[in-house]
Amino acid sequence: MSVVTLRPKAKPMPQAAKNVIDVKDLSLVFETNDGPVNALSNINLSVDGGEFVSFIGPSGCGKTTLLRVIADLEQPTSGSISVNGMTPSEARQKRAYGYVFQAAALYPWRTIAGNISLPLEVMGIPKAERKDSIARNLELVNLSGFEKKFPWQLSGGMQQRASIARALSFDPHLLLMDEPFGALDEIVRDHLNEELLKLWAKTQKTVVFVTHSIPEAVFLSTKIVVMSPRPGRIHEVIDCNLGSERTLDIRESPEFLEIAHRVREGLRHGHSYDQAHL
Amino acid sequence: MNFVRNSVLPVGTVLIGILAVWYAFTVILNAPFERDQAARANTTISTGQLIENTMAQERPVLPAPHQVAAEIRKTVFDISPTSKRSLVYHGWVTLSSTLLGFGLGTLLGILLAIAIVHSRTLDKSLMPWIITSQTVPILAIAPMIIVVLNAVNITGLLPKAMISTYLSFFPVAVGMVKGLRSPEIMYLDLMRTYNASKAQVFWKLRWPASMPYLFTSMKIAVAISLVGAIVGELPTGAVAGIGARLLAGSYYGQTVQIWAALIVAALMAAVLVSLIGLIATFVNRRMGARA
Repeated sequence: MSVVTLRPKAKPMPQAAKNVIDVKDLSLVFETNDGPVNALSNINLSVDGGEFVSFIGPSGCGKTTLLRVIADLEQPTSGSISVNGMTPSEARQKRAYGYVFQAAALYPWRTIAGNISLPLEVMGIPKAERKDSIARNLELVNLSGFEKKFPWQLSGGMQQRASIARALSFDPHLLLMDEPFGALDEIVRDHLNEELLKLWAKTQKTVVFVTHSIPEAVFLSTKIVVMSPRPGRIHEVIDCNLGSERTLDIRESPEFLEIAHRVREGLRHGHSYDQAHL
Repeated sequence: MNFVRNSVLPVGTVLIGILAVWYAFTVILNAPFERDQAARANTTISTGQLIENTMAQERPVLPAPHQVAAEIRKTVFDISPTSKRSLVYHGWVTLSSTLLGFGLGTLLGILLAIAIVHSRTLDKSLMPWIITSQTVPILAIAPMIIVVLNAVNITGLLPKAMISTYLSFFPVAVGMVKGLRSPEIMYLDLMRTYNASKAQVFWKLRWPASMPYLFTSMKIAVAISLVGAIVGELPTGAVAGIGARLLAGSYYGQTVQIWAALIVAALMAAVLVSLIGLIATFVNRRMGARA
């Protein structure tokens, strides 16, 4: 927790904070050799503090692009977006968020501890505090004892857990996750979903999560943003709160199946709409 | 046992093959001289005697391996290293110029690569010149480098080393440009999410990612540096060094001396390349490569 004190400008967000992310009329057009591509069109979205929001949709619907816009890795063509009340660029410069990529993207020449230490080194945090943060976050993702291993010595699921620990190491209030479990098999994915949920409950972070798995989205989220392609847009936002004490068993419950059904309908509708207009 | 099976056996087999071919050619190439001698003396020579003679000529077209070995033993071990006839002395002259040139070349190559990777303008403007530099025949440019540097009072080791530098910076520059650009987009994006400075991206990402490329190009660079040092000694009337030894040998028809110098140069190159390989293995281990 001491890490927060090192970033005096970033005040801790109160948990009930409104509008951690606020997107208004946002559009993004990629200029390609085949002409312009409407990656995002007229996006309106707000995410409150402590929420777990999933973007779901088929490939090409702009869910990853939207996440990258929030992270200031892509620039919108028009519209406005604020992250913690700042522009994404300011938020990035104040290290407001941790980003988890599709692949673990651990640096192969660094040990697990070294990888988690990387953002802290970049941010100029002293060694003693780095050590504390590494130990605390490895414990959080159940990887204590693997400090000195190199990434290739860990399984895919363990590597992705290490990358989550890395994203959490500097204690950002916002966690942006881009299909973090997409490359893992279903058994590992289920297990990590459960762990992520516990971790979210424990740390009370705001999470924005990109996925193309309906059960994953329904199981994890408080809010599901259903997106559709060409142009990438938000089709529907479905509230989804299955209570804080969720286990994997909940996926057999009628409430779960009901929401999953609504998401599936939304996705299908988004698609047929798409075909009707092309 | 593994070492014997994996290294000694295959290398030894090839070595025996090379020696067999070498001896065969010694006989074939040196036989006409022996036959001429016999014809001139109006004697006949038995095949056994002919073969024996071809391997013991004073100035053979191709000296036999054992003649070269004897010459190396004499000039490396028997003669004091301070003597002008010692191959250790000449080897050291060439080696010091090789190492100086290689060091400077590697440094220059790395600096050029860093500049090129960080500046689009330099990438466009420098890269064609770097490639063009290597199309100039080094034998033509070597005497000029030495003459020009002499005119500005730079003499001794440095001008010769400059020729090694001229040859060795190229593989390092090209390899390092590739190496410094090798990190995936995701690794670079990660640094961007941390708001890392250009220097941090360089030291924490680009530099470590480029290490395998650096050592691969350094292996090429060190071998080419040795060639550069020898070439630098050839057209300049150098009085010492492997190149001078080769030149003197060819003036006086001392083929055994030429071959001894050649073999020693090749051994030096092999040792230098292996040394770089060892350092690479050590660094790779430190950087977590699979054993």
